[in-house]
Amino acid sequence: MSDAAYDIVIGLEVHVQLKTNTKLFCRCSTEFGNPPNTQTCPVCLGMPGSLPVMNSKAYFLGMKTALALNCRIPNYTKWDRKNYFYPDLPKGYQTSQFDLPMSEEGYLDIKSTKDEFEPRRVRIIRAHLEEDAGKSMHDEAAGRADSRIDLNRTGTPLLEIVSYPDMRSAVEAKAYMQELRLLLTYLDVSDCNMQEGSLRCDANVNLHIPTDDGMIATPIVEIKNMNSFRSVERGITYEAKRQYDVWKETGKVLGELPKQTRGWDDSAQVTRSQREKEESADYRYFPCPDLVPVVVTDEQIEEVRKEIVELPAMLRERLESDFGLTTYTADVIVNQGRGLVDYFLKLAAVSEDNKLAGNWVQGEVLRTLNELEITVDEFNMSPEQLAGLLKLIQSGDLDSSKAKSVFAVMLESGKSAADVVDEMGIEKVDQGELEDLCRQLIERNQRVVDDVKSGNEKAVGALIGQAKKENPNVNPGQVRQICLDIINDM
Amino acid sequence: MSIIQKSATEQLALLQSGEITSAELTQAYLERINAVDTSVGAFLRVESETALAQAVKIDRKRKAGESLGKLAGLPVAIKDILCTINTPTTCGSRMLENFAPPYNATVVENLLAADAVILGRTNMDEFAMGSSTENSAYHPTYNPWDTSRIPGGSSGGAAACVSADMAPLSVGTDTGGSIRQPAALCGCVGLKPTYGRVSRYGLIAFASSLDQIGPLAKTVEDAALLMEVLAGYDPLDSTSVNIPVPAYSESVGKPLENLTLGVVEHHFGEGIDPEIESAVKQAIAIYESLGASIKNIELPHADYGIATYYIIAPCEASSNLARYDGAHYGYRADQAEVLAELAEDGSDEGPLVRMYRKTRSQGFGAEVQRRIMLGTYALSEGYYDAFYLKAQKVRRLIRKDYDQAFEQVDMIIGPVTANPAFAKGEKASDPMAMYLEDLYTVTANLAGVAGISLPCGFTENGLPIGLQLQAAPFQEEKLLRAAQMFQNATDFHTRRPEIS
Amino acid sequence: MSLTRQDVEKVALLARLKFDEEQLDKMTDHMVQIVQYVHKLSELNTDDVEPMAHALDVHNALAEDVPRPSLSREEALKNAPKSDGEYFRVPAVLGE
Repeated sequence: MSDAAYDIVIGLEVHVQLKTNTKLFCRCSTEFGNPPNTQTCPVCLGMPGSLPVMNSKAYFLGMKTALALNCRIPNYTKWDRKNYFYPDLPKGYQTSQFDLPMSEEGYLDIKSTKDEFEPRRVRIIRAHLEEDAGKSMHDEAAGRADSRIDLNRTGTPLLEIVSYPDMRSAVEAKAYMQELRLLLTYLDVSDCNMQEGSLRCDANVNLHIPTDDGMIATPIVEIKNMNSFRSVERGITYEAKRQYDVWKETGKVLGELPKQTRGWDDSAQVTRSQREKEESADYRYFPCPDLVPVVVTDEQIEEVRKEIVELPAMLRERLESDFGLTTYTADVIVNQGRGLVDYFLKLAAVSEDNKLAGNWVQGEVLRTLNELEITVDEFNMSPEQLAGLLKLIQSGDLDSSKAKSVFAVMLESGKSAADVVDEMGIEKVDQGELEDLCRQLIERNQRVVDDVKSGNEKAVGALIGQAKKENPNVNPGQVRQICLDIINDM
Repeated sequence: MSIIQKSATEQLALLQSGEITSAELTQAYLERINAVDTSVGAFLRVESETALAQAVKIDRKRKAGESLGKLAGLPVAIKDILCTINTPTTCGSRMLENFAPPYNATVVENLLAADAVILGRTNMDEFAMGSSTENSAYHPTYNPWDTSRIPGGSSGGAAACVSADMAPLSVGTDTGGSIRQPAALCGCVGLKPTYGRVSRYGLIAFASSLDQIGPLAKTVEDAALLMEVLAGYDPLDSTSVNIPVPAYSESVGKPLENLTLGVVEHHFGEGIDPEIESAVKQAIAIYESLGASIKNIELPHADYGIATYYIIAPCEASSNLARYDGAHYGYRADQAEVLAELAEDGSDEGPLVRMYRKTRSQGFGAEVQRRIMLGTYALSEGYYDAFYLKAQKVRRLIRKDYDQAFEQVDMIIGPVTANPAFAKGEKASDPMAMYLEDLYTVTANLAGVAGISLPCGFTENGLPIGLQLQAAPFQEEKLLRAAQMFQNATDFHTRRPEIS
Repeated sequence: MSLTRQDVEKVALLARLKFDEEQLDKMTDHMVQIVQYVHKLSELNTDDVEPMAHALDVHNALAEDVPRPSLSREEALKNAPKSDGEYFRVPAVLGE
């Protein structure tokens, strides 16, 4: 929250495409990116006489996600029809869940490692299953040419996760989306690709503005078309400012205007009013007579709960408390996904140095993955190999800058740390030899001794430089420590 | 007696013994259709070529000693509401005039697997909405017993073609009485199975929670034979029930002992035609003479059946028929016309919405539009509780009435309709009068129970009268056996109309 | 329960139907008549009655998540009033 003259109040409706092989009510493939209208059948085309049969996997994935979001799963849930006409909705209704959703009342905790906001618990109203619509492509010159309709996506299972209006800034909304995406990735229930539309977000936004006559609320606006984390943040920021300006101009408050829908235009970086429909929406929800209710027992719910893996929040906690990582390091590693966490855990176990392992994973390993644009699964250096390098650091045989050079060669050659060290001609300097060298340098540099004695330990840096000139293989850290020890004993 | 006058069961025996071939039988029916259907109008399309080809194929299979299905070689007529792959399936509507589904309804698959010969598609009220078959977008169907009268509906073609010996068996659908009422008015046997007994996959929906497919035939054993093929669990229909199908055709001849029949006094109140009342009462007496005991029972909420039905069915229909919008299949209003109108009136309605409205107003007939309007209204904001929810609650009360009744009696016996077949056009301009045609039949659909209509007499004018038996869910076997008992004791089913 | 011509017009838009003046009058008449008739349900007290959405007591009709062949694009578009061989085509969704 900034020092702005208002509070932003944000609730998010997130649509998640579930990772099933087939659609929610028919057995057409859900694969993304195939030629238009090649993944349809009488059911998802809404052909006369066709009937839906529910995908058990979709229900399972929905339940798993809802449980991970701390939702309550009722024993009984049913299907309803949401009636409206649109050419990407061939039946003329969307099969969804209205008054008895499959889950209710959960939450997701968000926090910022950069102190952008106070830790917050975002409560979740409900998460329910519904079918996706197809895609309509409109001509630029609106109204002139036909719209083109592709029904491949029609019927893909969606989980709609609706939050309470608990977020108070665009950054929080973005953090919620990121944390939700991470959770979904850990659960392996969705591809979570915002560009491909497998994770979509609509935001309900309004402002609470303190005035002399008490607090007022601006009319709620739903923002659509935010297809990246950045656009979530920017769209909401823009909309808040816009609402404030409009309020200052018109004075209109909540209840005086109907709920408005605005689309985020990413290229223009503005929200635009979406054309008002001819009539106010009246979806005429009623129970779908073609689908029977779903009944689950408490035992079945517990069985699903058991399949939930360790979630990001718990993992961060564990990396801090059990492995001694900093909040920041734990956060960076966990946010990269389960793969990097597993890499870290293995590296920590083999290297027997949690902190060093954490720093290397968060540092060199992650940098390399980003540079090469690969995932940790595609990373060709095993934790065992990397542990070999860390051992050399631990023993003082390599300083960190040399270790980085060795790491780079290991990456290219696939060789072990020891082999690379040999090839690079990095020799281990004998401890006695090193001590002799340090004594000689101290004798030649009385001034450094005086400086150190007077409390300026940094002065010892001059000796490290000279030592490296004498013998390129010395470990600067070791030189520093030995020199300091000798001087202090003098 | 010519071959087409015989029952399907008799024809099957002749086919099996080799006395006739399927090709001969099919040909005989095609000739009959040719001769009389111009007066009756039972068929929308006769599929002579494919029927004969299928008949020849089955004859060849039989000759080769291959195993054959239960209906091997028997012609069957199909109501034009059941999807058949790459074959026009119009549902009696302009909207689907050029629609050929890319798939088969499950019952069509069942018929083909049973080696039936599909003769053609029978006429119906558009989207099964109506009780007279006058609402067909193509042509009306006339009652074979008096061609100035209607055959009932919506399965009017299905009943008329059996009654006029144009098909030994036919498949209809029943949402509020659409099998039983035309069966009664045309003097044949029609069974509305328990909801969930026959797969609805490929049945073009009118009201999904009420629709059921069932057989129409000249005799009870024929209905049993066809029912055996139609019934069964289907994983493609979530509302289909997975319980075994009894061998109806084998047990149908066994009389029931200790049969208790319930009579609802109310059925014989005001408004029932005296000739129907007396025929049904006589039928009850016949059952008594066959050893059945008769018990007076109450269905306290039956009077609310029509009101309940005319909320629930239109609500479901308004949603089921939303798909006919000209976007993906079926009729679409002329685009040039739509755009011209757009240029003319300058209202803010966009081209798509205009296309939708024009398409639907041109593609649907008046009755269909009326029901879509009613359903849309009853589901709309502010009215849902007063109409739809209220109707759902009364539906529960009606079901409970049946549950309580079936604790006391095996079946309920009564009339199918209050009046015999009425004159064409008589009720066409009075929708409420038409709706009341379903008075005795809708409650079975609302409750989901089974019901059968069978001939029990004729009026002085020679119009058939139907008797209705209703049984608890999945008691079709008993229902058929009880109906057969009556048929064995009477000869109403043997009479055939003279088509003028 | 009153049902006006204006109500009927509004419902017609919701249902994507369109009537001329004469049809609208007739539709209003018929709907008023039918709505009056079905209103008899309000005579019944249904406070403690569970609504009945299905005629049978079945639940959990589920299918395995195993793909089955889809229709070819040709089959999918075959019944379309208008298509370009790839897409269904409809009059512009947007626009005036």
